[in-house]
Amino acid sequence: MILSMVTTLAMSVVAASTPLLIAASGELVAEKSGVLNLGVEGMMLVGAIAGFATAHHSGSAMLGVGVAALAGIGIAMIFAMLSLSFLANQVATGLALTIFGHGFAALLGAGYVGISAPVLHPIAIPLLSAIPVLGPVLFDENILVYFAFIMLAVIAWFLNKTHAGLILRAVGDSHDAAHAMGYPVLRIRYAAVAFGGAMAGIAGAYFSLFYSPLWSQDLTAGRGWIALALVVFSAWRPLWLLVGAYLFGGITFFSLYVQGLGISVPSPLVSALPYVGTVLVLVLISRDARRIRLNQPACLGKYFHATA
Amino acid sequence: MLFRLEPRGERSGFWSIGSPVLAILLTIVTMMVIFALLGKPPVQGIETFLITPIANVSGLSSLAVRAAPLIMIGAGLALCYRANVWNIGGDGQFTMGALAGAGVALALPNGAFWWEYPLVLALGVLGGMVWAGLVAWLKLKFNANEILTSLMLVYVANLILVWLVTGPWRDPQGFGFPQSAMFGAGATTPDFGSTSIHLGCALAPVLALVLWQILGRSVLGFQLRVVGQAPRAARFAGFSNARLTWIALLVSGGLSGLAGIIEVTGPIGQLTTTITPGYGFSAVIVAFLGRLHPVGVIFAGLLLALSYLGGDAAQINLNMPNAITGIFQGVLLFYLLGADVLILHRVRRIRPRATEAA
Amino acid sequence: MAPGLNRSVAEDAPLLALRGIVKQFPGTLANDHVDLTIGQGEIHALLGENGAGKSTLVKIIYGVMKPDAGSLRWRGQEVAINSPAQARALGIGMVFQHFSLFEALTVSENIALGLNDPKDRENLEGRIAEISSRYGLPLGPHKAVHDLSVGERQRIEIVRCLLQNPKLLIMDEPTSVLTPQEVQALFATLRRLRAEGCSILYISHKLEEIRSLCEAATIMRLGKVVAQCDPREKTARELAELMISAKLKTQDYSQKHSAQGPERLVVSKLTIRSNQQFGTDLKEISFAVKGGEIFGIAGIAGNGQSELMDALSGEIPAGAPGNILLDGAPVGLERPRARRRRGGCFLPEERNGHGAVGGMSLAENGFLSAHIRGALGRFGLINRRRTQEFAAKVISTFDVRTTGPLAEARSLSGGNLQKFLVGREVLQQPGVLVISQPTWGVDAGAAAAIYEALVALAQAGTAIVLISQDLDEILLLCDRIAVIAAGRLSEAMDVKDATIERIGLLMGGTQTGREEEHVVPA
Repeated sequence: MILSMVTTLAMSVVAASTPLLIAASGELVAEKSGVLNLGVEGMMLVGAIAGFATAHHSGSAMLGVGVAALAGIGIAMIFAMLSLSFLANQVATGLALTIFGHGFAALLGAGYVGISAPVLHPIAIPLLSAIPVLGPVLFDENILVYFAFIMLAVIAWFLNKTHAGLILRAVGDSHDAAHAMGYPVLRIRYAAVAFGGAMAGIAGAYFSLFYSPLWSQDLTAGRGWIALALVVFSAWRPLWLLVGAYLFGGITFFSLYVQGLGISVPSPLVSALPYVGTVLVLVLISRDARRIRLNQPACLGKYFHATA
Repeated sequence: MLFRLEPRGERSGFWSIGSPVLAILLTIVTMMVIFALLGKPPVQGIETFLITPIANVSGLSSLAVRAAPLIMIGAGLALCYRANVWNIGGDGQFTMGALAGAGVALALPNGAFWWEYPLVLALGVLGGMVWAGLVAWLKLKFNANEILTSLMLVYVANLILVWLVTGPWRDPQGFGFPQSAMFGAGATTPDFGSTSIHLGCALAPVLALVLWQILGRSVLGFQLRVVGQAPRAARFAGFSNARLTWIALLVSGGLSGLAGIIEVTGPIGQLTTTITPGYGFSAVIVAFLGRLHPVGVIFAGLLLALSYLGGDAAQINLNMPNAITGIFQGVLLFYLLGADVLILHRVRRIRPRATEAA
Repeated sequence: MAPGLNRSVAEDAPLLALRGIVKQFPGTLANDHVDLTIGQGEIHALLGENGAGKSTLVKIIYGVMKPDAGSLRWRGQEVAINSPAQARALGIGMVFQHFSLFEALTVSENIALGLNDPKDRENLEGRIAEISSRYGLPLGPHKAVHDLSVGERQRIEIVRCLLQNPKLLIMDEPTSVLTPQEVQALFATLRRLRAEGCSILYISHKLEEIRSLCEAATIMRLGKVVAQCDPREKTARELAELMISAKLKTQDYSQKHSAQGPERLVVSKLTIRSNQQFGTDLKEISFAVKGGEIFGIAGIAGNGQSELMDALSGEIPAGAPGNILLDGAPVGLERPRARRRRGGCFLPEERNGHGAVGGMSLAENGFLSAHIRGALGRFGLINRRRTQEFAAKVISTFDVRTTGPLAEARSLSGGNLQKFLVGREVLQQPGVLVISQPTWGVDAGAAAAIYEALVALAQAGTAIVLISQDLDEILLLCDRIAVIAAGRLSEAMDVKDATIERIGLLMGGTQTGREEEHVVPA
């Protein structure tokens, strides 16, 4: 009885954490290359509606996830073109992406409000899923939960162990030096932004195809921004993203738990917890300005224009 | 690549004005394409969106009503962005202003005192200032990124609003709807004659003009511009970054709060769960489209207000979702940011060279 | 490249021959039909003033830029070098003036980034160790670059090049950041490389260095080659006259002013933690300057100069009020504007974004630091008329070439903007002026104008602190000198007692500047 309750609670933590983890690890790669894309929320919304519509019409949730990734890349490319090729301010362009994403998802989604689409079903991993508590929580989940873990490991390996990852970090540390050494700064950043877009799109599809599988406007509810905060929290280290994402999953779970217990805290105030929690965590992590400066990619948010 | 960008070395005066014009034209063309893709006649679509809403006097007065909050918030944001303070939580400051003022309006006996309405407005300003001041405090004391904190506080403010109108402040005679009682006549924004134009419509451009003078002529405005363009130069000159960050956020928060309280005591008349259709975010576009210049903000505010009316018109006349407004605003900002490159750069054609043969 | 290449022809040809290289930038012709020939195993000097077109030419050789016209022959074969990677594949290595290093990465990661061929990256740390010991270039592969000294950083670049067995090594102003002792060590490395058959293209404007190191020289002026010679057969003066268009004026400025009256600026035991990401903390800095005196602070970049500047101007507060006395008043905790009110004027090294705002007009840039002493504001408002008049006066007094007070600062050339900024401070008639690197990146004419302005100011009784990496400039202008190294300031010495060797040792961090006390760590 207690075990089954723990299992349910733990699963809800995983459910709340996964999209944050996916979106944040994509953004981490973009930021490591020196690009600050504040449009995560917008890319997630576009991914959410693209994935939902595809799944609804094709009947395949997996196809929906794939299309969501492509849609994320597509809209991320608008950002890349403006901020990298046209030298637009990255903060402003990211905001534009989010505003556009809201409008785009609302426009396309207008016909789908209240309609359901095929959802992502759990895939049990033989043997491992039979372990008590851990089994159902970690090894009987939908494919995106596994995807989130695998991608995190891949990103950590890519950034720290491969030469291509070293080049990506170098571009984020000094685009002038990287350019002088003959590395294609813009092409690398385009690729990193595209990757971030794909991951944000997939995170959006997680919302529309699993987390709340009835279409509603604004269903990501600021999770894209929380993902951005997570990247700061992690100090640009992949494994700390995991800690951060699960911390926020925990806060979300806690607010559900409080409501479930019937404690008389008004539900809107409980719903505000993840946002207040984000602010608190940002405060805690940012207090040491020196630490942030040391870890932050030195070229983050700066535009690059080759003189040659 | 067939073209490349070359720095001009200085600002182009022509493109500072030309870029928003070009962006607006490109947006109109894009919108026509979108109308066509959605199976609507493009010319009629754009006409419904941009011209029909203001084809008569009542349309024009609705435009002024819609533009007032956008101009107020946008002018404050322009000041912030000039100072390199990225407040994007205008919606939250708007909401908290509305709540602070409305609290007094609901608590006081209606119309008993002449100072009731001024007090309501003052508390509205204060509410917005507190919410933005929180952002300033978190940024300066804890180094927390103001983009993220101001945005998180939008969600928090909105949930506080929802809590109040579904709980403590719910109108007992409201048949259970999530809304407060209507504000009494003593706490209502005065309007002019038979139109819907209210005090805020006059106040917004006046405040924008005041900000313009402050930015352009005062030492304070100069300090804000320097700290935004070159923070090290501001330190060299001895301008306090902390003081200027406080000022920028308090001014913009106060303006957003004022917009909020005027909106709920005026056009809306009560608190509901949705008192803003995202004015705080549209105001970001207003600020950029207006070149971060308070006078430019007035024109930009009118255009963005039109996009809201156009969305409504498209919904009624063309049976389209009014989310078309968001698309218009996003596309406009995209084009604007892209076209702005021309202010500091010129486009050069690259002649293909024949030296690759060696 | 081409396998069928006739070896015997290639052996006789020069290593690299450039013919008729042209490169046009907006407004300037950076390279105007430049010819350059580098023989095998030769150290070839490329000599010229700032802006002569040396860096452009080198970027063309290294494939960073493409020429508009002209040809390159590498060992007799015509080639087009389209990228640095291609240059490296041919056997060209380059050590940049501003190092192309990545601060947040380690030494071996930085080196790996310079190696395109995965095979070169195998057993990298072992090979770094081998090259380091063979050429006397000690390096710790796991250290992060931001912890390293400038000399160590240069070694990374050199090791990175040497790992690819270059035939030609390009060095862009390699000694401008080194102590005289480090320069000698570098020369030993370069001579050893030459002995092994590697050619070196050595870019510099330091004449004595070139005479002692190089056996051929190409001299450039305003984008054109003006002479090719053997520098060992020329005097430094002859080389200088080839390099600089006007005849050299050797002015003795120091005779024109002298210390008078009380000490106007007294700094005692100034200790400050740097607020920069990879900055230098200041440790117990003390000195005093009298009116009419120019006090020079020499040192290599990054040894605390910018922190000292910030502390003196008030950008960073000192520990206690008494750490800094301005005309007797304790100002250690005062903010920049209060210090200006007392007669302090300041000009930091960096023009763009520190001393000036590029996107603002000259009038506004004048207001930036002169609004207090120039009384350019009133009741919190800018007095536009007075502000424009002030800028116009600076422009006319200092012969700033611009369209007027409303021109944007970034539209001016470096030298013109610097003249404007120096003029802005000088016309405020400061009691104390602290100025850093006043002629960095400035042409000779503008530099002379700036020197004259400083001397005139000293004659009028101002105490001047001149922070500079340019030893010639310090020796030319100053009455007394101290050297800053690792955040500590040496004892002041009279300029007559200052020798290059003594200053060099102080720059290297030896406290007294005497050879016998220079302890070499094991």
